[in-house]
Amino acid sequence: MFTFVLKRVLEAIPTLLILITVSFFLMHSAPGSPFSSERTLPPEVLANINAKYHLDEPVINQYFYYLGGLLQGDLGPSFRYKDFTINELIAQSFPVSAEIGIWSFIVALLIGVGCGVIAALRQNSWIDYSVMGFANLGIVLPNFVLAPLCILFFSIYNHWLPPGGWNGGAWPYLVMPVIAMSTSYIAQIARITRGSMIETMHSNFIRTAKAKGLPKHRIILQHALRPAMLPVISYLGPAFVGIVTGSVIVDVYFGTGGIGQHFINGALNRDYSMVMGVTILVGTLTILFNAIVDVLYAVIDPKIRY
Amino acid sequence: MSLATELHTAEPLLEVDNLQVKFATPDGFVTAVNNLNFALAQGETLGIVGESGSGKSQTAFALMGLLANNGIIEGEARFEGRNILSLNEKAMNRIRSKDIAMIFQDPMTSLNPYMKVGKQLMEVLMLHKGMSKADAFEASVHMLDAVKMPEARKRMNMYPHEFSGGMRQRVMIAMALLCQPKLLIADEPTTALDVTVQAQILTLLNELKDDFNTSIIMITHDLGVVAGLCDKVLVMYAGRTMEYGSAEDVFYRPTHPYTQGLLNAIPRLDNEGSVLATIPGNPPNLLNLPSGCPFEARCEFAKERCVNIAPSLETFASGQMSACHKTTEGWA
Repeated sequence: MFTFVLKRVLEAIPTLLILITVSFFLMHSAPGSPFSSERTLPPEVLANINAKYHLDEPVINQYFYYLGGLLQGDLGPSFRYKDFTINELIAQSFPVSAEIGIWSFIVALLIGVGCGVIAALRQNSWIDYSVMGFANLGIVLPNFVLAPLCILFFSIYNHWLPPGGWNGGAWPYLVMPVIAMSTSYIAQIARITRGSMIETMHSNFIRTAKAKGLPKHRIILQHALRPAMLPVISYLGPAFVGIVTGSVIVDVYFGTGGIGQHFINGALNRDYSMVMGVTILVGTLTILFNAIVDVLYAVIDPKIRY
Repeated sequence: MSLATELHTAEPLLEVDNLQVKFATPDGFVTAVNNLNFALAQGETLGIVGESGSGKSQTAFALMGLLANNGIIEGEARFEGRNILSLNEKAMNRIRSKDIAMIFQDPMTSLNPYMKVGKQLMEVLMLHKGMSKADAFEASVHMLDAVKMPEARKRMNMYPHEFSGGMRQRVMIAMALLCQPKLLIADEPTTALDVTVQAQILTLLNELKDDFNTSIIMITHDLGVVAGLCDKVLVMYAGRTMEYGSAEDVFYRPTHPYTQGLLNAIPRLDNEGSVLATIPGNPPNLLNLPSGCPFEARCEFAKERCVNIAPSLETFASGQMSACHKTTEGWA
């Protein structure tokens, strides 16, 4: 197991390097520059700014400057938020998204797995049809529709919750972002759980468990749930990354100040270092959580040993 | 005396009366088991023989209450006088594995691959005997020894994929015998195993049968298995009983053309090179059974009567039963 983890860490280095290289050159090959959208600057000022950020040098030189900074853990200065470094911006916004994300993940996992199991055990009953109907609704309902509906219901009609803001993550500010964030994940997890649970319950070893005279709840909890969770877990790895890196919709509608806004703003403003920063963050998390999924697989399935 | 009890005198452990198993499918009802009657005394072994789709396994599943959700059961199966087909799930769970245990066809998939073999054995004892973990562990090791599992203690902590097919079937047998059930239903326990392992498993079952005085229903399509193990044989075809009698009668004096065909189809070592005897044709579609004898289309003796009228199961002087117009009417 230890050698497996070590191997995965070593493998991550070239993967990340390729990711950084490709994104860096792709980004620089896009037309425009961080300062082209502002009022036309006097050419001398523009030249000064470009020189300060090394933008007047060949892209390959900029690439190595960037890598040099990165090796020291420096993601560079923001091209847009003049007094901030990318490290500071991410340190400010990522915890917000992570908090919303972790709560959304827990909610999605509990409700999703619960609904999926119930639907599977009552296959083709009205319970199954209504759970799966809601799941389909959750998948087709985009969160940019769900978010304003939440605000309408919870804040405008009922005055139960504040319509936006963050306030250090106090729970009234968390509820709506978590609903908007988790709904589609609940739906996906419920669908995957239902399918794999139905398949597991039809397998021969479940028939053996029934023949032993085990009561149904023990068959489900001790025999069926573990194998039924395998496909769910392979979905959860990438889903977790998506969920903790936030969503621009949530940040825009609820004004939470998470990292989601930086994905879009960074790209639109050609804030090169911001785009690279979030790319590296998402890339690292993706690699990390895929490795965690692999480890979890080995924990659940005794046939998998590293 | 009812049909079912005629074959023996001892007080039956299990009496099956007019068992019928139907499945509701989108194309209509499929009758998998049709009017099955048999009885089994303590310590007796019954072989149920037939080709694929003859309803053997569905009979076993019906007795264990393991039919698919669309299955419908009619008739009675009295186990120690109590009709187990009408029991609710909770009452049935008290019988399963404790009084009636089952071994399945495919040992490769019948054990839970995600659970240690020891735990799978122990949970049976902890459930039915209320044993502590430590006691259940020792009793399980003991039972693994009884089924001749080498290094039983060490194997308790292993997972099913670390066992060979034959070893897994031994685990299944040990699991089935943990509570010393009165009846063991073995659904083709050797089909998925290679021949030498088959022989070992059958020898084992034979010994255990004597050691524990367990009644066995041996479901198989292998007549060799029946010959080595069974006291009585029931030959099934298309869900019906074709012939039922003592193993000796059925083997040496088969009365039904289907049984005769099956016996002829056993390959022999002494006439090497000759073409293997077969029964031509296929079993009928269970969705659309013929009104006459189900075997009529494949029977070399069939007459017009066989097409229209299904023969009833008639008893002969020896106690042997057969459902065939030719046999009952003594055609040449």
